[in-house]
Formats: sequence, structure tokens, C-alpha cells
Amino acid sequence: MLHYILFFLFAALAVGGAVNLLAQRHPIASALSLIVVMGSLAGEYMLLGAEFVAAVQVIVYAGAIMVLFVFVIMLLNAGEEERSLKGSKVAIAIGVPAMLAGLIMAIWTLTRHNPANTPVGVGAMYGPAIAIADQLFRPFLLAFEITSVLILIAIMGAVVLARKEEQQ
Amino acid sequence: MIPLSFYLVLSAILFACGVAGFLIKRNIITIFMSIELMLNAVNLSFVAFAAHWQVLSGQVFVFFVMVVAAAEAAVGLAIIIAVFRTRETLNVDRVNLLKL
Amino acid sequence: MSLNLWLIPVLPLVGAALNGLLGRHFSKRVVTAIALLFPGAALAWALLVVSRALGGGVTLPYTETHATWLGSGAFSVPYAFYLDQLSIVMMLVVTGVGFLIHIYSVGYMSHEGGYYRFFSYLNLFMFFMLTLVLSNNYLLMFVGWEGVGLASYLLIGFFFLRDSAASAGKKAFIVNRVGDFGFLIALFLMIKHFGSLNFDQVFAKVSTMPVEAAGMGLLTVIGILLMVGAAGKSAQIPLYVWLPDAMEGPTPVSALIHAATMVTAGVYMVARSNPIFFRSPTALIIIAIIGCLTAIFAATIGVVQTDIKRVLAYSTISQLGYMFLGCGVAAFSAGVFHLMTHAFFKALLFLSAGSVIHALGGEQDMRRMGGLRKHIPKTFWVMTIATFAIAGFPPLAGFFSKDEILWKAYSSPFGGSWIYWAIAVFTAFLTSFYMFRLWFMTFFGEFRGAEHEGAEHAGHGHAQHGAATHGHIHESPWIMIAPLVVLAVLSFVGGWIGIPHALGGHNQFDQFLSPVFHVSAEAMPAGEHPGARVHEAAAEHAETNTELLLTGVSVGSAILGLFLAWLLYYKRRDLPQKIADSLGMVYRFVLGKYYVDEFYQAAIVKPLLAGSSTVLWRGIDQGLIDGTINTSADATRDVSDGVRQMQSGNIRSYAAWVALGAACVIAFMIWMGVR
Repeated sequence: MLHYILFFLFAALAVGGAVNLLAQRHPIASALSLIVVMGSLAGEYMLLGAEFVAAVQVIVYAGAIMVLFVFVIMLLNAGEEERSLKGSKVAIAIGVPAMLAGLIMAIWTLTRHNPANTPVGVGAMYGPAIAIADQLFRPFLLAFEITSVLILIAIMGAVVLARKEEQQ
Repeated sequence: MIPLSFYLVLSAILFACGVAGFLIKRNIITIFMSIELMLNAVNLSFVAFAAHWQVLSGQVFVFFVMVVAAAEAAVGLAIIIAVFRTRETLNVDRVNLLKL
Repeated sequence: MSLNLWLIPVLPLVGAALNGLLGRHFSKRVVTAIALLFPGAALAWALLVVSRALGGGVTLPYTETHATWLGSGAFSVPYAFYLDQLSIVMMLVVTGVGFLIHIYSVGYMSHEGGYYRFFSYLNLFMFFMLTLVLSNNYLLMFVGWEGVGLASYLLIGFFFLRDSAASAGKKAFIVNRVGDFGFLIALFLMIKHFGSLNFDQVFAKVSTMPVEAAGMGLLTVIGILLMVGAAGKSAQIPLYVWLPDAMEGPTPVSALIHAATMVTAGVYMVARSNPIFFRSPTALIIIAIIGCLTAIFAATIGVVQTDIKRVLAYSTISQLGYMFLGCGVAAFSAGVFHLMTHAFFKALLFLSAGSVIHALGGEQDMRRMGGLRKHIPKTFWVMTIATFAIAGFPPLAGFFSKDEILWKAYSSPFGGSWIYWAIAVFTAFLTSFYMFRLWFMTFFGEFRGAEHEGAEHAGHGHAQHGAATHGHIHESPWIMIAPLVVLAVLSFVGGWIGIPHALGGHNQFDQFLSPVFHVSAEAMPAGEHPGARVHEAAAEHAETNTELLLTGVSVGSAILGLFLAWLLYYKRRDLPQKIADSLGMVYRFVLGKYYVDEFYQAAIVKPLLAGSSTVLWRGIDQGLIDGTINTSADATRDVSDGVRQMQSGNIRSYAAWVALGAACVIAFMIWMGVR
């Protein structure tokens, strides 16, 4: 019972944050909504037993990536968005119906089929840090190392791209 | 005991919101944030399936997704800064030099 | 023992290739040497082959197979050569007369441009003609057939910068093509029904088939179609129109190709196919009628022509008609005999006409000639011999061959009738008349042209040869006269191998060719075999009397022609004009060649051109084909114009398309899962 309440609570928060992200005009408000979403998702992860992932979600995603977003928004001093309908009519005309269609199809499928309706218990897949680490450093070692290289490249890329040009 | 489909439907809804944000919004940083939203929705799917099939690799994969998302956010924002320097705008409709 | 027959066609081919590809770099002497060496070698080898064949070293018919050209299931066509008596005769005529004309051409063409090209084409012609007469199957013969057509086109249009020459070449080739169509259909029928095109196999199958006395049957159809092909190549009605125009080519070309050899290919082909014709009386009748009509038709036109070469051209058509008349009454050896003698005196006539034209610096109109026998006596004498030969005066060659045809036209058991004979005798009279008319107008009386005529009238076949080089009428050099002398001797004695029994000879020519023409005649139900000698003495005696009587009539007609020509063109020069005026419209009709060319132009050529340009060109080519391609290109462009809208540079629209695509993929996966 508690399980259901917690699930729907966090779900409502997540959806609400997502919708708010769409509705807000100022990017900073959107960023803050996104942080709300991420937090609630961390809650969902806990419900599923993925405690390490939930922690990483909060620390890295909400704590680092979103902070980076906020920094950039403030750096660029982006103002409120203009509300005009100029711009891509194609996007609205084709994209939104496509998205809605995809959503409806997905929901319809998911609620019909039996395997999807098997219940998942609280903490069903218990994932403590030690279990994750064991997976990371044995089967997924190569991917782990590659991602470290990826991060290095990203750092260098970010530095190069954002550098001010040399004034002659 | 919550049915798996609930988690998946939630993930789908969040994903759809991310796509909608990508299509509707005009500020490029907001569009970026919609992308992050999409990634999060997918992460939820992964973890839910990991719990369903009792396999830990779902959660490990979420780990990797987060790493990649971080790298992508860093580089993407750097690009946005570079574009902003020359174009003085964050309106994505004005950055349309690649048209035919 | 191999005779190496392949050398005979291939040697001139080598000469043609050498002169054609490298002649530009050779000096004139080298070109001449090559041009004469290879045909000469071919002639020598041909004589060697004949001596071996007749000496008994080789049994005839002799086949020499080299390789297979086409092979398709049971049907195969080899590269193979065939030697029998008929091909010996043809081969000797082609190589002998051809070689003499090559020698003549060295002198005649010495001032013309394109010297090496001329001899290359001439050697090429020799190659194809020899392939034609030596091949052992219809398809290789057809290769030669087409090849001589090609060589003829190249040589008629030799002075290609002249519009009239180029058109004449085209006309020859196209009219030939019409005939070749018939030939090809005949070949297809042979392949279908006999499964082969080799002479021996086809004739073996044909000999098992019955005589088609009741009109149309397979063999009749094949025979008629073969005759269509022969009519095209040998200038019979209705496909003769190219030969007078072919006089645009140089005179040696007219002599070799349009008198002695190429135009006789049709006669050779009909003679070679005699087993087919023996079994098809309807086809024989058609051949005889065509030959007879052509003979008299062309003779009437020749009577009024004023260009010396045109007279000879129509004379050739007429004499070919005689040959076909002979073949049409199944007297094939008579036809071939006339072919041989005609080659001698017609080549001689053309070459001496060339000598006359050369002497006058290019003049070809007889009205501007006259009294030349004092200026060019050697040419005069050889031409005299040739004229008497063609008119049929004994004991020259033309008398024996023409007379044999006349006799067979009357008496042949395969359709001979007095009608043919009567028309042919009248034609002989006309032949004699117009040939002596030519003789008198050219060599007797006073000279009617201006002294330095040459510069103004660069005549046909003799471009740029004006008074600048030769200021007066002069005899031709010895290199041109020598072949004429040889041909004159042959015109004189060439008939003596065919003296008929009625006149006390043994007709060795007919005996020689009998294996070719009698093998198939054995199956014939007709009472006598042509030229055979097995019947009652009494009947033979009566027959001999008839033959002597008819011979007398034909000689009489020749003398009558000579007399009339003497009267009109020597004694009373004013008469021809008066006669022409009194005949008025009739005269003009004949002068206009019965307006056949104009009729063809209006009835066939113009509608064809109009149809081609409106229907085929504008309608189908431009409208349909171009239209289809252009439309598809336009459609592609329009579609891509539409699709291009996707590339707007706008990120959000890209995302929209991606979303659409993703939705489609989701739908597809759900559909797959649900199934």
C-alpha cells in the first residue's frame, strides 16, 4: 500500500516537473523543474532497489550536470523566450502529432500485454555499491575504461570549444 | 507490488514530454534540457527492467548512460557558448545556415 | 592434297589492309607495287589451283574447311571454300579481269587524289568477290555479297566531295539492301526447312523434294526470294535504278564492278542454286520474264542516251537481262557463258571508253566527240573489236554466247518459247544499233568538241583532269593500252570454247560445266537435259536446222543494227533529230528513262522520308523516347524539389521528422509483435 502511494507520489512529481519544464518561459525555471524531475526519479530508483544508482543520480545528474546548465544559463544571460508562432511550423505540425501517436501506441501496448503486468516488488533488484562495482570491474571493465577516455575527450573538447579566440 | 507497466508508462510519458519540449521550445538551452529529460526517462526504463528480470546489468548501464550524458552536456554547452559568441542569440531558429 | 584455296581471297585482303592502313605513308610506287602484287599473286595461285584441279590431282567438287564460324545446336556455318567447275570459271574471270583492270587503273588514276585509297578499296572488292564465288555455304556467300556492295558504295562515292557521287553511292547501297532483304528471307527459310546453309547439304535435301509444278511451294518461294536478291545486285527490274547513277565512280570501277564482276554475282548465285530452280517452274518463269523485260527495257533507254558511260551502263543492264533469261529457261551454262564473254567485252568497252574520256581530258558527252579514230587509233581498234563482240557478230565471243541464249530461249524444255526469242532478237537488234551508234558518234565524222574542252568540263569520274596537263587529244599510255589488248584478244577468241554442235563445235564450255548443272537435272521429268546430246539422229538433224535458221536471224538483226546506225550517224546525220522530233512525246519519255527514278522518288522515297520524319522522328523519338526520359527527369526533379523542403536548416523540423520516423518504427514493431 505504501508502495503504491510512494510510487504515485514520485510519479506525479516527475510528470509535473516535466510539464512545468515545457510551460515555463524562462530557462532557469525550466532548469529548476528538471532538477525536481531528477529528484523524483531518484526516489523511483530507490523504490526499485537501485540505491547506488539513485545516489549517483542525485550527485551527478542533479548535482553536477544541472548545476552546469544553470551556470551556462546565467553566463549567457538568456532572457525569456519570445512567444511567437513564427518558426518551424513543420515541427509543430508533424512532430507533435507523431509524438502523441507514439505515446498512445506505447501506452496501449504496455497495458495490454501480460508480461508487462507482472508486479515488481519493492527493492526488487537490490543494487548496493559493491554489487555495481563488481559488475563494473569485471564484465564491463572495457566499457568502464572507455568511458574514462570519453570523459577526458569531453573535457578537452569543452575547453577548446569554449575558449576565447586569440586576438591578433 | 507495482506492475512493471506502470514504470514503463511513466517512462514513456516523461520521454514524450522530452520530445515535445524539443519540438516546441525555442531556446537552445531548454532544448538541451529536454534531451536530458529524455535520457532520464530511458534510465528509468532500464532500472525497471533490471528489477523485472533480476539482472544487474540494467543498473550498470544506467551508470554508463549518465557518464555519456555528462560528457555530452559538457561539450554541447561549450558549443552553445561558441555559437552564442558569434550569433548573439540563443534562438534556435536563427541558427539555420545549413539549409538548402 | 590441300589446294589452299583460302589464299585466293586473302591475298587481296592483305593488299587492301596494307594500302588502306599504311598507304598514306608510302610513295606512289610502293602503293602501286602492293596494289598489283597481291591480286597478281591471287591470279597466279588461281591458275595453279585450276591446273592442279584439271590435271586430276584433285577431284571436284573440292571442299576446304577451316573453322566453324557459327555453331548453334545442329546448325553450323563453317569458314569453308568450295571448288567446282562453276567456281573455277567465276574465279578465273574475277582474278583475270580484275588483275587487268588493276593494271589499267595504275595509269588511269595516276593523276587523281586518293591513289592509295582507290587501290585499297579495289583490293577489298577483290577479296569480297572471291569470298562470294569460292564460299561453300550461303552465309559466307552473303558476306561476300554484302562486302561487294560495301566496296561498290565506297568506290562509286570515291570522289566523295561531289554531291552527285555521294548520292549515287548511297543509292546503290540502299537499292541493293532492298534486294538483300529478299535474299535474307530466303536464307531464313533454308535454315528453317533444311537446317543448314551449306550448298551440298541444302542441295541434297532439295533433291529429295518433288517438282513443284502446281505453282507455289517452298522451293518456289525460296527461288523467288533469291531472285529478288539477284535483281538488286544484278540491276534487274525493278531494282536496276542504281546502276546508271553508279557511273559517277571512276571508269575502272565501272568496268570491274558494274560490268564484269559484282553485277554478275546475282547470275552466279542463281546458277549455283540451280537444284532449287530446277524444281520450281514458277520461279524459272519469273526469272525469265524479268530477264527478258529488263533486256529490252534497258536497251530502249540506251538508244537515246548521250553520255558514253550511260550507254554502256544500260547496255550492261540489258546484257544481264540476257543472262537471267538464260537462267530462266534453265540454260544455266549458257547464262554463265554469256557472263564470261560479257565480262571480257564489257570491261573492254568501259576501259576503252575511259581511254577516250582520258584522251579528251574528261569529256563524256558523245555529241562532243567524233572523228577520234585518227587521234587515238589503238583505242579505236580495241573498241571496234569490243563493239562487234557485243553486237554478236561471228566469230567473236559475244556471238556464241548470245546465240546460245537465244537458242535456249526458244527451245529449252524448261519453258523456252518463241516469245522470249522474239523479244531477245529484237533486243539484239537494238543492242547492235546503239553500240554502233556509239561507235560512229565517237570515232567517225568530224570532231565536234572544242580543242581545249577539258578545262571546262571536268566530267564524271575524271575530276580535275583538265587541259592544264594535256593540251590536246592524245593516246593513253601503254600501261592503259596493254590490258585493253589482252581483253580484245579474249573478246575475240573467248567464245571459241562454246561453239555449239550446230556449227560443228563440241561446246566444251557446256561440257565442262555439266557436272554442276546436270546432277540435279537427272531428277527432272522433262524430256531432255539442257545441252545433252542423247536423242535420235533425225530429231537432232531437224533441231540443228532450226538452230541454224535462228542463228541466221540473229546475225541478220546484228547486221541490220549496224546498217541503221551507219545510216543515221554517218550517212545522214540529220535524220536522228528529225526522227526524235516526229516522235515527240514518246522520245522524251524514253529520254527521261521512263521516269522510273521520279516515280520511285514520289511513290516510295518521299512518303518514307515524310513518315520517318513525322512519325518516327518527331512522334516516337522526340515525343515518346525523349519525352519519357525528360518526363522522368522532370519528375525526379519535382520530387526532389518537394523533398528538399525538409532541409530547412531548422533543427526543430529535423527533430520533427525524426519523431515521425520513430513513431513509424514503433508502430511497425508493435504490429510485428501483435501478429
